[in-house]
Amino acid sequence: MAEKETYQLKLYITGHTHRSAQAISNLQRICDQELVDYELLVIDVLEHPGLAEDEKILATPTLIRELPPPLRRIIGDLSNTEKVLLGLDLKPIRSK
Amino acid sequence: MEPKHSLSPLIKLSTGIEGFDLIAEGGLPMGRTTLVAGTAGSAKTVFAAQFLAEGIRRKQQAGVFVTFEEPPADIRRNLLSMSWDIEQWEKDGLWAFVDASPLPGLEQIEAGDFDLGALLARIEHAIHQVSAKRVAIDSLGAVFSQFTHSYLVREEMRRLGAALRNLGITAVMTAERTQEFGEIARFGVEEFVADNVVILRNVLEDEKRRRTVEILKFRGTTHQKGEYPFTVLPDSGIVVIPVSAIELKQRSSDRRVSSGNPELDRMTGGGFFQDSLILVSGATGCGKTLMTAEFIAASITQGERCLLFAYEESREQLFRNARGWGYDFNKYEQEGLLQVICAYPETAGLEDHLIKIKSHIDSFKPRRVAVDSVSALERVATSRGFREFIISLASFVKQREIPGMFTATTANLMGGPSITESHFSSITDTIILLRYVEMLGEMRRGITVLKMRGSMHEKEIREFTIDGQGMHINAPFRNIIGILSGRPEFITPGEMERMGRLFND
Repeated sequence: MAEKETYQLKLYITGHTHRSAQAISNLQRICDQELVDYELLVIDVLEHPGLAEDEKILATPTLIRELPPPLRRIIGDLSNTEKVLLGLDLKPIRSK
Repeated sequence: MEPKHSLSPLIKLSTGIEGFDLIAEGGLPMGRTTLVAGTAGSAKTVFAAQFLAEGIRRKQQAGVFVTFEEPPADIRRNLLSMSWDIEQWEKDGLWAFVDASPLPGLEQIEAGDFDLGALLARIEHAIHQVSAKRVAIDSLGAVFSQFTHSYLVREEMRRLGAALRNLGITAVMTAERTQEFGEIARFGVEEFVADNVVILRNVLEDEKRRRTVEILKFRGTTHQKGEYPFTVLPDSGIVVIPVSAIELKQRSSDRRVSSGNPELDRMTGGGFFQDSLILVSGATGCGKTLMTAEFIAASITQGERCLLFAYEESREQLFRNARGWGYDFNKYEQEGLLQVICAYPETAGLEDHLIKIKSHIDSFKPRRVAVDSVSALERVATSRGFREFIISLASFVKQREIPGMFTATTANLMGGPSITESHFSSITDTIILLRYVEMLGEMRRGITVLKMRGSMHEKEIREFTIDGQGMHINAPFRNIIGILSGRPEFITPGEMERMGRLFND
């Protein structure tokens, strides 16, 4: 069963690297599988260092769940799906 | 061995941290990163912030402060007590923070590989924004504690170091040490910022805190070696006391000044030298303060300013005693010829006392200086710290080419040396001993000039008395030996003659 709440996600990356691409595709896959309604914004810190400063981002990639509250932060290329789901407060479907 | 090459030598960037540039022989290697390592409470953050603050204050050089530990608001507030208005500098575009302090209550989950690209981008962004020349990073240990993989952080910090170098930035990175002596820093950080290492220590020695700074290495350039004491002052931050780095380029003078006592002038062969240091040693109540008062009065009679630091008595007590000898300190002060600084030794650390003494001398510009007594200051210092203090004070006074009289109280009433003497004797030009002499059930006082560099002087021990007109030096003690050892003994005139004959033929 997929989540019906609206998810607002921001993904901070550093340039068009393999790791950035990896993170985007991993996130896309998880969202498509687990979420019904979501908005995803990808921000390149090389283009918008000020945004990274405001959000106090150190590591890239960093995924921030802005909605629903509470705020969540997950860092890494999101290859560890279990950790990502844990971070987003989602239970993996197949274990249910 | 360093390979020979034709590259120009490294240029140094003056930090502006008082005293530090002296021991660093100019400052930090320009365009490089220097690791500043120290235990908790060793003033690493102050050093890092001051590096930026002095750049702004002295040269209008902008700086970026990267904080991994305290949030910027805390740093702004803490450093306001140093009278550094960071907020204003931020408005003026001279100071920028990169806030990498941990976000409270935010749990961060690691799901896969990452790097610190965002941090690097933010730092570079801040550097470009204010056109920074200096960057301070505080502290490396705190970066490591934010992430689980220390190898990754190490790699990223190495990348940061390379990026700063490419930008021509002179940077200071602080790092934690768990102990005062041993490995340079935790997490093996010296691997990537090992070119230049400065160590700050805060050692507990004889129940007293003693701060020192040591430049461990500057790759490809020179610096002074060894530990130098420093202090952190409320209005000027870190002040390093470059004890042995001070150049002893004193000229010696033939000009003599009066000691204030005609008889003592005769004993010293015509008075003290203009640029000499005089140590007056004696037991308590022996007449040291009186001798100081006469020394001061001699200066004032000439219309020359004199500065007195009194650590043994209160102002009232001192002025009353002086009046008893016929000297009106109040009047001298009103005439602007005398300044008396009374302080209890315990009110501050020795380094702070030294800095106060120096700044008083620099602002009052006296023609004579007296300290009564330096041994009172011994109470607030370790033996080593006291030695450094004495050397530093002595060389400071010498450089001004003014006579300085320092008194030292001996522990024993009857003779015997003091620790102060042993620290002081090699750098003083003149040593005068005042001693109690027990004679036929009566306490009398004796004075002798033990040493007088570059001049003939009397070798006899003379008796002196004190009354309402001051000190009166009389005839030498006869038929008595062992005064200086504190065990006076009478010998018969016959014995004296026999001993005198020993040295004939």
